[in-house]
Amino acid sequence: MSDPVASTSTGAQTGAQTGTQTGTAPRPRRSPLPYALLVPAVAALLLALGYPLVRQVVLSFQDFGLAQQFGKPPEWVGLDNYTSLITDDYLWLVTLRSIVFCLVNAVLTMVIGVGLALLMRHMSRGIRILLQTGLLLAWAMPIVASLTVWQWLFDTNYGVINYLLTQIGFDFEGHSWLLRPLSFFFVATVIIVWMSVPFVAFTVYAALTQVSEELIEAAEIDGAGPAARLRHIIFPTIKPVLMVVGILQVIWDLRVFSQIYILQKAGGSTHDTNLLGTYIYRLGIGTGEFGMAAAVAIFMLVLTVALTSPYLRVMLKQEKEA
Amino acid sequence: MSRPAARPLRITANVIGVLAFVVAIFPVYWMVNSSFLPRNKIRNPVPTWVPFGGDLDNYRTVFEGDQFLNAMKMSLIVTLCTVLVALVFAFVAAVALSRFRFRGRMSFIVTLLVIQMIPVEGLFISQYKMLEAMDLLNTVIGLTLLYVALVLPFTVWTLRGFVSGVPYELEEAAMMDGCSRMQAFFRVTFPLLAPGLVATGVFGFIQAWNEFTLALVVMTKEDKETLPLWLTTFADVNRGTDWGGIMAGSTLIAVPVIIFFLVVQGRMVGGLTSGAVKG
Repeated sequence: MSDPVASTSTGAQTGAQTGTQTGTAPRPRRSPLPYALLVPAVAALLLALGYPLVRQVVLSFQDFGLAQQFGKPPEWVGLDNYTSLITDDYLWLVTLRSIVFCLVNAVLTMVIGVGLALLMRHMSRGIRILLQTGLLLAWAMPIVASLTVWQWLFDTNYGVINYLLTQIGFDFEGHSWLLRPLSFFFVATVIIVWMSVPFVAFTVYAALTQVSEELIEAAEIDGAGPAARLRHIIFPTIKPVLMVVGILQVIWDLRVFSQIYILQKAGGSTHDTNLLGTYIYRLGIGTGEFGMAAAVAIFMLVLTVALTSPYLRVMLKQEKEA
Repeated sequence: MSRPAARPLRITANVIGVLAFVVAIFPVYWMVNSSFLPRNKIRNPVPTWVPFGGDLDNYRTVFEGDQFLNAMKMSLIVTLCTVLVALVFAFVAAVALSRFRFRGRMSFIVTLLVIQMIPVEGLFISQYKMLEAMDLLNTVIGLTLLYVALVLPFTVWTLRGFVSGVPYELEEAAMMDGCSRMQAFFRVTFPLLAPGLVATGVFGFIQAWNEFTLALVVMTKEDKETLPLWLTTFADVNRGTDWGGIMAGSTLIAVPVIIFFLVVQGRMVGGLTSGAVKG
């Protein structure tokens, strides 16, 4: 539990020691076998993702609303969907909201997660194990269960949070947390950060165990203070991990759907709290504007792919070095 | 890590550690605690911190009517089908990726990484349209198809790591001793992969069991709900009147996942950052 990454890194080391690296097994060059082995996976991905992707691009150039849903053939409208979206202030508002929400959540998660990982090095053993157990349980909670519990904690009449805040002297009796957009997003942020911190803390802590103790001691002897050690030894060593984890957080926080959707059902104005995911859902499945919804979805895909490219670069660099 | 930390630093770290522990665990504790409390203790401005004198009434409410059991059946069927299909498909693909070097291998790996990052919200509109056209909305097959694609990239990626972890020399040695290539793989490498297969399968199980968004899009009829959908519907109906019942339902959904998660997490955490951590 204290070293979650051990299994994978050992795997890599075994490969390096024996000289058998990923895929270098000497096999006939032009064998059709590897392609045959890939067929089932590729077929499933093509059917469930590839075809819908093509279909979605087509859909985004069509007028496909309720009338088409009832049998009227869809009409080609070229870039109409896109132009009406680009000129739609609400889309820009939702996009901006999504990006700000995503960045706030990603930054908070990273700061708290990395902070806890760094502090874990200095905790007493018992406390560290206690904390790791707590984080593990939070991490293991199914997303829908976490959401119901947090709604109950933030409940207007009988919620523990209102009770505690009132006890320490604030007036939170009967306070409704989901009513106002800003407060709604505050609750969503608390939930998302609570769910996401364990992954960051564990991964970064595992990376920290790889920082060379000798190097730190040597630096200490040379008179480097804690801040200098952090900056010149610890951070450079774990930088690749921080990069990957950070990018993953941004990507994951851009696509929060369940959290927002479920909180919206619990109260709060949909119009004022929509993020990209829920906006697409309500536009398409909700009101039947499939053409428009497809266009927004394409926009979201492009945004994600743009965010993914730095992650890819790091991962592929390691793939080549492996 | 064995160096004695300076005293004030250790104390600060311990205090923050305990606080963080409380914040992390309290919601989980509160879910279980509330699930045992009778209604008059739930609907009370002063919270009841420990479930002394609690009972199982809330659980009885959950099992009233068939909805919960139906949803559980649906969840189990979809999840097991998903895991089974994904494991078989991913396993053969992982063998291809780690035991062969072929043209297109790298592009396939890149594609997997990209797919893993695609948000479901980016495609669910056209997936909905596709299943509608195929008459597969509200069916196990329809949802399973989408779930297989959802868990497949990660499954291939992780299994590939496990297969690569078994040195090819072992198979070569077996072949020298007279095994055919197939025999060598299935008698030597495959048994060593069993723990990896189980761990990856359990992880896929958790993902599919917890999935909410696609289920919401595909399973539009109430009698086809999976457990996560059931829980949100149940919460919508009873919010404000029966938090105890909602917490009992949440606990029932969460406990198997938590147990599974604790079993496999040590093996899986490296998955998404495996290369990066190697140092």
